[in-house]
Amino acid sequence: MKQSRRNFLKFAGLSAAGLCLAPTAAALASGGGGHGKAHAVVNANSKHAKRWAMVIDTRKLNTDEAINALAEVCHHIHNVPTIPGKQDIKWLWEGTYSETFPNQTNNFPSEELEKRKFPLLCNHCETPSCVRVCPTKATFKRADGIVAMDYHRCIGCRYCMAACPFGARSFNFMDPRLHLDMEKINVKFPTRMRGVVEKCNFCVERLAVGEMPACVEKSSGAMTFGDLQDPDSNVRKVLRENFTIRRNPAAGTEPGVYYII
Amino acid sequence: MQYGGKIIAGLVIFLGLVSLPFWFNMGGTYEQPKVELPKNAKECVAPKEEMRTSHMQLLDEWRDMALREGKRTYISANGKEYTISLQNTCMECHTSKEQFCDKCHTDAGVTPYCWDCHVPPKEAK
Repeated sequence: MKQSRRNFLKFAGLSAAGLCLAPTAAALASGGGGHGKAHAVVNANSKHAKRWAMVIDTRKLNTDEAINALAEVCHHIHNVPTIPGKQDIKWLWEGTYSETFPNQTNNFPSEELEKRKFPLLCNHCETPSCVRVCPTKATFKRADGIVAMDYHRCIGCRYCMAACPFGARSFNFMDPRLHLDMEKINVKFPTRMRGVVEKCNFCVERLAVGEMPACVEKSSGAMTFGDLQDPDSNVRKVLRENFTIRRNPAAGTEPGVYYII
Repeated sequence: MQYGGKIIAGLVIFLGLVSLPFWFNMGGTYEQPKVELPKNAKECVAPKEEMRTSHMQLLDEWRDMALREGKRTYISANGKEYTISLQNTCMECHTSKEQFCDKCHTDAGVTPYCWDCHVPPKEAK
């Protein structure tokens, strides 16, 4: 058979069309085999909110012992080490009135208020300055308002620590495992490594399996946790019924932790 | 070519030296590391071949799904549900880091830093 240019072009066109169709045909063929594609979904029993928030009743929860008991639970389940000195890591700690509300201090406070201790933790702000300054997006705000850390991405630049007006972040100057009893740690939760910044995560890993934050569970009613956007939620109910203040409102970060005084 | 002989001899010596690692390893057989498979589980989240070649990609995706997207349940290609967690799902079956992870990693000369944070089962009893 004589090969003409016309025949060659016809054949080339057909082959090109075939090559274009082949991947689609292959995908269709394998799609019908009964095997779905692997994918991930949200846990069925996880807790949801449009915006998580916490209300702390400091009339009930105001002593060193009570707050330390909460911190102990929190620090145990998250493998937070206790390091003597200035390099200590803290997710939940306590402070005096003037430490907690530095811009709202009075020169003659009541004796009772002066003695009171206030539980402090990350405020999970509405407009978190730590998220704004993080160059690697290691700290980020989730859709439900929780400001979370991705320790895989943290490069330890500590911009977030400089940006946080609440001092809610700690830097791992050394391997935290040196100060953890590796026999007694919570094996369900990772530790951190040297050179990352860490902070409270509103127990995001517990919310994901349908449990309340550990401190809220332990506080026997002094802490309320719920959806700030839902007018019928328990936090909104408590906020409606009590006078509350937030830490350092002048910083403009809109904290998600409210204190009943 | 004035120095042809010397140049060619030089080239041959050079190529011989450069390819020395290949000569040294010629004829030897490569033996795959013998990893200890879990006794309490029959199947993994994906077929063996897939896990062997791309478990790192899977772990990387899992990390982002769980941490950043909040999706912590993984539905595998054959419809089974798993909790997305290196520590609580992977290490639940692969109970020995030394006998499973380390064997290949040492063989391939890679040192992933997963264990700087995630706790292998042996380390914390």
